[in-house]
Order: sequence, then structure tokens, then C-alpha cells
Amino acid sequence: MSDPAAAIVRARGVAKSYDSGRIPVLHEVDLTVAAGELVALWGASGSGKSTLLHLLGGLDVPDRGELEVCGLDPRREADRLTLRRRELGFVFQLHHLIPDLTVEENLRVPALAAGRPSRETGLRLRELAAQVGLAHRLSHRIQDLSGGERQRTAICRALMNRPRLLLADEPTGSLDERNGEVVFALLRDLAARHGLTVLLATHERRFAEACHRIIRVRDGRLDEIAA
Amino acid sequence: MSLPPESPANPWRVYALVFTNLRRHRWRALIGMAGISFGVAAMLTILAIISGAIGMFQRILSSDSHYLVFERNVSDLFFSSVTSAQVAALRARPDVAEAHPVLFGLVSAPGHPVVTCFGIEATDPRLGRAQWLAGERAGFGARAGEIFLGSRAAEFLGARLGAELAIGRGTFRVAGILRTENGFEDGGVFLPLPEAQAFFHRAGAASVVTVKLRDERTGGAFKVAVEAADAGLMALENREFNSTYTSFRILNFTGWAVGVCAFALGGLSVANTMLLSVFSRIREIAILRVCGFSRAQVAGLIFGEAAAVAALGVVVGCALGAALLAVLERVPQFNGYVQARVDPAVLAGIVATAFITAAGGAIYPARFASRIEPAEAMRYE
Ligand SMILES: Nc1ncnc2c1ncn2[C@@H]1O[C@H](COP(=O)(O)OP(=O)(O)OP(=O)(O)O)[C@@H](O)[C@H]1O
Ligand SMILES: [Mg+2]
Repeated sequence: MSDPAAAIVRARGVAKSYDSGRIPVLHEVDLTVAAGELVALWGASGSGKSTLLHLLGGLDVPDRGELEVCGLDPRREADRLTLRRRELGFVFQLHHLIPDLTVEENLRVPALAAGRPSRETGLRLRELAAQVGLAHRLSHRIQDLSGGERQRTAICRALMNRPRLLLADEPTGSLDERNGEVVFALLRDLAARHGLTVLLATHERRFAEACHRIIRVRDGRLDEIAA
Repeated sequence: MSLPPESPANPWRVYALVFTNLRRHRWRALIGMAGISFGVAAMLTILAIISGAIGMFQRILSSDSHYLVFERNVSDLFFSSVTSAQVAALRARPDVAEAHPVLFGLVSAPGHPVVTCFGIEATDPRLGRAQWLAGERAGFGARAGEIFLGSRAAEFLGARLGAELAIGRGTFRVAGILRTENGFEDGGVFLPLPEAQAFFHRAGAASVVTVKLRDERTGGAFKVAVEAADAGLMALENREFNSTYTSFRILNFTGWAVGVCAFALGGLSVANTMLLSVFSRIREIAILRVCGFSRAQVAGLIFGEAAAVAALGVVVGCALGAALLAVLERVPQFNGYVQARVDPAVLAGIVATAFITAAGGAIYPARFASRIEPAEAMRYE
């Protein structure tokens, strides 16, 4: 599974600190993820999981080290744009949807950014909404949805532009146990169905254990533990 | 699963969000729009009144004529002096069909310190075109000591036919009341030219001569010949006169200056509402960035919203301005003076100013919005 030729994520010696070095968060991180893998970044709160996902998704830049995601360099603004529009989708602990827009309007946002035709977008969003059981909720506003429904909408939004990689940062973190399980199962099914690579940050052991690989994050260092 | 072929990307699709956002923030959009629409309405009203007034003045000068001849190098037509010899010389020209001297002056009447007075000859065509409410045209200039009033002047002076009217230091008998289409004329008084010249101590002088040519196409030659023959005179085609006459230019400039100030306020209101709108949407903008919006697209969104607000403001402002003008035209005190006239070029200028103002107001908000860093902004909860 870790054929380097098919690697979709590659990090070499990546370090990141905040407050001009006073708060070191990641230390010399190496990571390779192959296409199609479902990988858990498992660690306690504050261990640096979100920071790593932000670096991979180009939301932040590392102090040093090499990064390659889907063949692009997330440290460069131009590559970041391509990454966000075409190659990767983000799901956060908080849904980060626009509350007073409807489900459909929220799902259209990534397609607007990429300039996709409206009709094609409509087909895509209906297909995805059906897959997560939200087909009947498309015209509802986010503020009228339950937490689980919001998170499922957020997952659909991440998949709108047919990315190859999904970066999921505690997507079940704000949900109750049952809804957390539903959302996790959905992520796993969608990943398999759409041939996605998923990096899932979580502090919950049960979800980590259901992934292909578990990478333990502790004090900004990674080590692989057997799944 | 099989993917359908990708269609070409269209970067303009983003702007669909502009309308979604305006709908979501209706009140905010309305406030920004109100700022622009007041600017548009103010500018429209002021400029329409000014160009209406200028138009009236122009029609006094250009009634039935092609060229205006007046003294070279005067700042205002009231100071221009064309002698009777010069009038005679113009009339003697073979290419001139008619030439009518007009002497402008200001007179005072009881309770009305400034009344425009027109000194004209009995043959002047404007006497024929007017509707004579009292007295008769044939009497114009027949007897000394007589004055003729525009119908509105008669109204505000409270004068009837045959009344004695104190004008300046003299007393005149009202021998006719005539209604003219032109607001200025209708609010002024008419004296036979010799009486006016005596009254204003300008014997033999006229302010301007309106000239009608036998063939309008010979105008160029007429102008050259008149100015060559008499270095003290200047001949301008009516259209040319309108664009060079200093008093018109000052009026117009004032109109635009006041209008632009009104717009500056509109621009501030756009800046203010757009800035508020950006501040309250920091996280939302961060989300857009994560979803693939470029900095330029975010800035474009803000400019797009400002432009849409301006477009609405222009429409509402035009309606507001039109309503205001319609009301002003009906106010008795303004009767005749307000002749709203909206030049398409002026309208285009107003619309352009509205959009430039809105864009100007959106610069800082757009810059701020485009610099929002997604990771930082989304940490807030
Ligand atoms: N912008 C920042 N400025 C200062 N410190 C930061 C910043 N972002 C993150 N940190 C610190 O970096 C450390 C790692 O944070 P990070 O969010 O990556 O952890 P995490 O593993 O995702 O934790 P959690 O499970 O709580 O989400 C934390 O101690 C956090 O306080
Ligand atoms: Mg985190």
C-alpha cells in the first residue's frame, strides 16, 4: 500500500511552531500516504493533528521541510488554489457551513469557485446528497439541520469538486456517539466508492482502529502503530 | 464510478453569490443603496434644474436665430455692448435674413429688487409668438412711458393693464401682459428698445444681436466675415455659445461639484456598509477560501456586491430624482423656473459617478476581505 510512486501525500522533515518559534508544535515530521488509503492521525488534544492537516491543505505554511500533496506544493499560493479547487476536500470538527444558506447553496460554493457549470453542479450535488441521505433536505437552511445532518452536508461539500484526497479533522468530534458512528461509516463508504484517499484526525480509538493505518501523533511527532 | 467529461471552467460563475449575499443581507444592502440613491437623486435634481435654467436662457437668445453676435471679451452678456451702427451693418449683410438687438438689464420693482428687463424692438418675433393676455402687440413701442409684463411677472407684481408701476426711479404704465413659453421671459418685463436704452443710460446699445441667416449653411463664412469686419464683435453659433459661455460653465461646474459631494457621502455609506459586511463575514470568507476561492475572487465578490448596490441605487435614485423634479415643477413659487431637462450625457455621467463611487468605497473592504487567512479565521468560535 505504500508504493511511493502512488504516494498522494509526502512530507519530509516538516516542522512548525507558533509565536515565532516559542510554541513548537510539529518536529521533523515524515509522512507518506498512498492513493486509496484511509489513514488515522490519532492523538490527544493539542498533539498537533490539526496543524499537520492545515499544512497539508495549504491553510498554513511549515517553518521548514518538504511537502508534496497530489503532486503539488501546498506552500505555494498558486498550487494551493489548484489543490483546493481540484485535489482535496476539507471536513472540520465544526461543520463550517454558511448557516443562512440552504444545503444546496452551500454545496454549490466549491463549484462556483471552480467555475463549474450550474447544471453539472446540480447533478453532482443531488448524487452526493442522495448518498448521504440528505436528498430531501436540499432546500433547507443549515440552521434548521441537526448536527449530524450538518456534518453530512459538510462531507458532501468537500466532495463536490471530485477531489482525490479528503482531509478530515475530527469530523465526529462535535457529534454524539451514534451520529459520530454514522458519519464515520459514511466517510469510509464514500472513500471506497469514490476511490478517495482519506486522512482522518481523531482522538477516538474506535475510529482510528477502523482505518487502514494508524499514525500516532504525540507532542508533534508521528509514529506508525499496527492497525 | 465513471466521471462525465469536465466542462470548461467559467470564472464568472462566482458572481452568482453576489445576488445570494445581497438577498441575505437585505437591510445592509438597502442602506448602502440609499446612500447611492440620494447621491444620484441630488445630482440629477441639481443638474436638471441647472440645465433647465440654462436651456431657458438659451432659448431667449436663440429663438428663431442661428447666430449670436455680441461684444468680444465680456465676462457676461449683461456687460456686452453692440452699437446701433453695428446692428445696422449686420442687417445690411446680404446673407442675413433678420437681426434683432436685445438689451438685457435688471430693474427693481416694489418688493422685487431684481427683475430681468428685456429691451426689444417692436418687430421682435418673440412678441408675435407670445400669447397676449391683455393689451395688444401693435401697441408695443407706440407710446412713451409704457411697459409690458410677462404673465408671471404681472402675477408677482400684482399689476393689471393700465396700472402705474414704479420701476427704479421711474413710473411706467402697464400696456400689455403676455404669456411666453420661456420661464425667464415670462418672469421678466419688456420695454421698447429706445426706452430701455434711456432707462439704463446705454443709448444706442444692445447686449446681443440674434441673427437669422438666409441660408444656415453659410454660417461659417458669416462668422469669419463679421469678426474680420469688426474686431470688437464676436459671432457664435448657438450651440458653440452654449458650450463657451462662462456663466453657463460656472453653473454647470457648481452643479457637478455639489453633486460629487453628495456622492462622496454615498461612497462613504457604501464603504461603511461593505466594511461591516466583511467584518461580520470573516469566517464565511475563510470558508470560501478553503472551498477554492482565490483572493481575487473574494475581492471580486465584494466589488460585485458594491456594484450591484450601486446599480440598485442608480435605479432608485433616478426614480427619486424624477419624483422630486416633478414636485418642484408644480411648486407655484418655482413656476416656470424649473424646467427639468436631463441630458443623456449628464445621466451617463451620473451613472458613471455612482459606479466609481461604489467601487471606491469597496476598495478597502475588498482588500481586507482578500487578505483573510482561512486557518486563522476559522479558529474563532
Ligand atoms: N495559531 C496558533 N498560535 C499559537 N498556538 C497554536 C496555534 N495553533 C495551534 N496552536 C497550538 O499548537 C498545538 C497543537 O494544536 P493543534 O490544533 O494542531 O492540536 P490538535 O492535535 O488538533 O488538538 P485537538 O484535538 O484539540 O484539535 C496546541 O498546543 C495549540 O495550542
Ligand atoms: Mg484539532
